[in-house]
Amino acid sequence: MSDQPILNLTGVSKRYGTVQANKAIDLSVKPGSIHAVLGENGAGKSTLMKLIYGVEHPDEGIIYWNGEPVHLSRPSDAQALGIGMVFQHFSLFETLNVVQNVSLMVPGKTVDLARKINELGERFGLTVDPNAMVHTLSVGERQRVEIIRCLLLNPKLLILDEPTSVLPPQSVKLLFETLRKLQVDGTAILFISHKLEEIRELCDEATVLRGGEVTGLVDPREHDALALAQMMIGREMPHLGVSTSVVPGETQLRISNLSHPRATRFGTTLENINLDLRAGQIIGIAGISGNGQQELAALISGEIRAHQPDMIVIKKQDVGCLGPMQRRELGFAFVPEERLGRGAVPEMSLADNSLLTAHQKGMLWRGIIKRKVEKTFTRRCIEQFDVRTPGPDAEAGAMSGGNLQKFILGREIMLSPDVMLVSQPTWGVDVGAATAIRRRLLEMRSQGAAILVISEELEELFEICDVLHVLHEGRLSKALPVAETTAEKVGTFMLGAKV
Amino acid sequence: MSALEFLLAGTLAAALPLLLAALGEMVVEKTGLLNLGLEGMMALGAAIAFICVYHSGSHSFGFLAASLAGATLAMLFAFLVIFLKANEVASGLAVGVLGLGLSALFGKNYESLTISGLSEFGLPALSKIPVIGPALFTQDIVVWLAITGTMVLWYILNKTKLGLIIAAVGENVEAARAIGYPVGGIRCAAVAFGGGMCGLAGAYASTVYTPLWADGMIAGRGWIALALVVFGTWQTGRVAFGAVLFGVLSLGELTAQAIGVAIPSQVLSSLPYFVTILMLVAISRHRRHSS
Repeated sequence: MSDQPILNLTGVSKRYGTVQANKAIDLSVKPGSIHAVLGENGAGKSTLMKLIYGVEHPDEGIIYWNGEPVHLSRPSDAQALGIGMVFQHFSLFETLNVVQNVSLMVPGKTVDLARKINELGERFGLTVDPNAMVHTLSVGERQRVEIIRCLLLNPKLLILDEPTSVLPPQSVKLLFETLRKLQVDGTAILFISHKLEEIRELCDEATVLRGGEVTGLVDPREHDALALAQMMIGREMPHLGVSTSVVPGETQLRISNLSHPRATRFGTTLENINLDLRAGQIIGIAGISGNGQQELAALISGEIRAHQPDMIVIKKQDVGCLGPMQRRELGFAFVPEERLGRGAVPEMSLADNSLLTAHQKGMLWRGIIKRKVEKTFTRRCIEQFDVRTPGPDAEAGAMSGGNLQKFILGREIMLSPDVMLVSQPTWGVDVGAATAIRRRLLEMRSQGAAILVISEELEELFEICDVLHVLHEGRLSKALPVAETTAEKVGTFMLGAKV
Repeated sequence: MSALEFLLAGTLAAALPLLLAALGEMVVEKTGLLNLGLEGMMALGAAIAFICVYHSGSHSFGFLAASLAGATLAMLFAFLVIFLKANEVASGLAVGVLGLGLSALFGKNYESLTISGLSEFGLPALSKIPVIGPALFTQDIVVWLAITGTMVLWYILNKTKLGLIIAAVGENVEAARAIGYPVGGIRCAAVAFGGGMCGLAGAYASTVYTPLWADGMIAGRGWIALALVVFGTWQTGRVAFGAVLFGVLSLGELTAQAIGVAIPSQVLSSLPYFVTILMLVAISRHRRHSS
């Protein structure tokens, strides 16, 4: 390992309008090193990667490559230098097959490319069928395609943006093995993540970002997760607090033999799903998105109707064929994973967005909106759930994802529902706010609410749930009581182990 | 000339303006844009081509000028949508209206003038086939070029890297940009191609199919071409089939009137549009069942 850094950034800044996304960032990556960039959502990690990959251009500062200052005006410049990037939300084309996707970036004949894909696959444990259509591949396989596509360009530096956020634990292990093999070959790796344990396991250097600035350059193996977390969020790690487990009461939501054919070619068919959610219980549905999560959520919320009324029962009433409004009247509330367009109307003010689901809280008088009640409700929601916004008149679409999520969740919680469905409660929410959201869910449980949480974050599910199910390819696993199971066990179900 | 011969001889020529415009728009839509200005680009092409042919007597020159005019107008659309990020629908309509206006302005002094069309020639051997041969396989040069061009376009879109890139840009712009393709440039090129094809379509309509210029002579064919792209589900072969089908229907209407079918002509004239609606319904139903 030579000491000359392959990539060196000095004083790099980037500003979007009034937001200083990166401020005087110094970063230096040595060949053969796995270097972590650690930070919360919104800390400026993605912006920094875009600068390195030539998608955006720095306002100030210089990027050095092998000691030479370079100007990257577009991604192909970065590729030409030997920088490869694996995106968090993959940059693959679903209607094309694997070789076609690769050939869009790598020159060469299809036959040769297919052979090379197989060779690389064997060497680095990245097996994938070159002729498979991308939309038929699992998320893990898609990531392999992305990595292979980068590797075929012989990169000196490989950037991975939150690569593990979509993988089950077993696949994470495979990915790490691959990365270590690449490291031995002398490839430098820039590993972006907010998962502390992973970084401690894999990386030999870490640059910590907070609020767009570097707050630390450390060897993550020498610091414990708590110390890294403090550097990352700049304060004590928030605690969930003690949660008193309640003895589960009556069944509030029962799903029995729910099957539903997929609506589109890219959808998932749900097969024979059974679930029993009781008062004072939080049940989590683990699994990687795209395995039927959206379909299941839409069926429970009433957005899609089930084929039989008794497939879904809320509080002893068959609701399978009822609409969302009728289900809400029974004391059901839900938070969809899509915030804009499903959870809130972007063009409307927060106050009007409250009205959409909370109108029965005295906001209407013979069909006429009582603005005062609407505003008071919204203001209370903003205060209680720490929504950072100018006020109830702010447009929903202008808010950051995390803030909007707090608002939507708050609005639904203030309806004090008996049964609640929450999809991806903390996607894009910073660590502090995520903990606050989880704490609220636990409080609701103590007060006897029945909550169903659909989430990709295993750690989160283990923190708050009493029972876990895994949704894989439209099938739901048996109930796994959290106290008796492990992440590995859940992982095997995520990979398709049979019930 | 029997009714059948009339149909065989005229179908391809009637289909040609639709075919060219629809194929051009198909490429535009494959890159993820929608240009609604077909009608205007065709009209401008028609007027420019007529003027050029009238003065120079050269059809080649007329077609060249028309394709340039169409492409230039399309570049205005590309500039608005790609660089100024203007609304696609509004920009497309505006460009269409502008094209119609320009064509009326330029063509004002050329109405009721005439030029000669293009001579037809038969394909050797094929045009000797009894009954259908002389009618179907005797066409003007543009028809033969357009058929060849359609095949070439199919090959490019389905078998080459360029086709792959076009499909990729249309499917996922962000991803295409992320892996380093100049998305704006590719889209500009596609829009220019679409405009050029519309210009050619207009040129054929005003200098070959009916060699005269009259304001409003495109008569909705731009909109039909737009519908044909959807009808053909963005596939070259199906779009071409749709164009020919439409050619048959529009000629069938004339034939039926000529042989004295006792149906009001308005009903017959609406037939092609009616069939289009039926086909669109059939396609969407089929798609829903197969998924």
